[in-house]
Amino acid sequence: MGRSADWGRIRAIAWKDLTAERRSKAGFYSVAALGITILVLFGFALGPDTRALRDAAVGALWLAVFFAGVLTFNRSYQVELDSGALDTLLLYGGGRWTIFTGKLLANLAFVMMMLVIVLIVGAVLFQVEVPAQWPTLLAVLALGVIGLVTLGTFYAAMASRSRAREVLLPLLLFPMMVPVLLAAIQASKALFGADLMQESGAWMRLLVAYDLVFLIITHLAFEYVIEV
Amino acid sequence: MTAVTLPVALPRTSRWPWFGAFAFLFLITSQALAIITSPADRDMGDLQKIMYVHVPSAWITMLSFFVVLVFSVRYLWQRRENDDLLAASAAEVGATFNGLTLVLGMLWGRPTWGVWWTWDARLTSTLVLFLIFVGYLSLRAFIDEPVRRAQWSAAVGILGAINVPIVYLSVRWWRTLHQVQSSPSTVDPLYVLFLRANAFAFLFVMIYFIRQRYEAARIERDAELAAQAVALGGR
Repeated sequence: MGRSADWGRIRAIAWKDLTAERRSKAGFYSVAALGITILVLFGFALGPDTRALRDAAVGALWLAVFFAGVLTFNRSYQVELDSGALDTLLLYGGGRWTIFTGKLLANLAFVMMMLVIVLIVGAVLFQVEVPAQWPTLLAVLALGVIGLVTLGTFYAAMASRSRAREVLLPLLLFPMMVPVLLAAIQASKALFGADLMQESGAWMRLLVAYDLVFLIITHLAFEYVIEV
Repeated sequence: MTAVTLPVALPRTSRWPWFGAFAFLFLITSQALAIITSPADRDMGDLQKIMYVHVPSAWITMLSFFVVLVFSVRYLWQRRENDDLLAASAAEVGATFNGLTLVLGMLWGRPTWGVWWTWDARLTSTLVLFLIFVGYLSLRAFIDEPVRRAQWSAAVGILGAINVPIVYLSVRWWRTLHQVQSSPSTVDPLYVLFLRANAFAFLFVMIYFIRQRYEAARIERDAELAAQAVALGGR
């Protein structure tokens, strides 16, 4: 049971999840459509003043990704539960953390793709101009999504198997996401404003620290969550 | 339908009621002394006296959630049901004090700052903390299977506790208005003395509450176990 065996398991689970998504397609498009719908609703709530929209664009974009992402995480376990596949998955040898890593990678790919669509639509709807430091902005987006997906995949392992999964997952997840939301929004805002105060760096370090802390802890704790 | 007599041992003789009486007497005494003896604040006048309930309850909130962390870790380590019940009791008591802190803070903020609420670092992170533990208690409420409830809520409790400093840091960078902690050297010694006395009073009340909630939870679990034994054809 070496490192390559673990990696094989992780890859198999991520591949399985992504293949299932690719073949059904409905899941991805409906979640992306929901993300766009939320953006449009934010537009109605804040608009139609262009400047107000532009100021609120970053926050609206992140919240749209949050709300749409939540549906992804529960689905990721729900498809396993519906066919009784989770029990079989648990019977395989090797560390169970590999199940978590595999699902995390699949969800990461899924949410990233959704983010791209929501981002493009959001930039058009809210009339946002791409800033000069767009590579840094991409890093902020990636770090924020990693934080969201890590905790989302972890809490969904519990919420999807409880009685009230629709309300439980956001209730557990969103308060925990406050640092990610603040850091991602503040860093993105700074970058859109050309980052004159150089403040995006501090927020990015906070995001990196948050992602590392929770990647490690969720991997350690997953065994306890999935075994019962 | 005849009632089934459940073989649950109720703790009848114990020193805890005496401890409870002591805790509340101590609380009443130290509150009364604090309110009577402390001089009116130069800026806030008598409003300052809210400090004797607001500050101790904020401290006790943090302490309760630390107790949740300790018992959650110990549960995952040793798998003893009592640790889980103690963590849950501490979370309930902590959430209560947390709510009390928020409400008292608003009552104090309105006359001194002129607003009920402001998006300041400590206010906001206290509110986020409250929401995290509301999530913890909802999770417990929605899961019936005891081992699953215990392991899941231990994980959620530990993650929530770890997030507290990160939330605080992020919100502090975001904005700040709350005054910095006064150090004992800058305020009247009488304030300090009675603030400390009231902190101990709140501590005793917290211990008593956690103990009471724990006993209730223990009795509930024993009743469940006994009912199961009866259903399985035991006594």
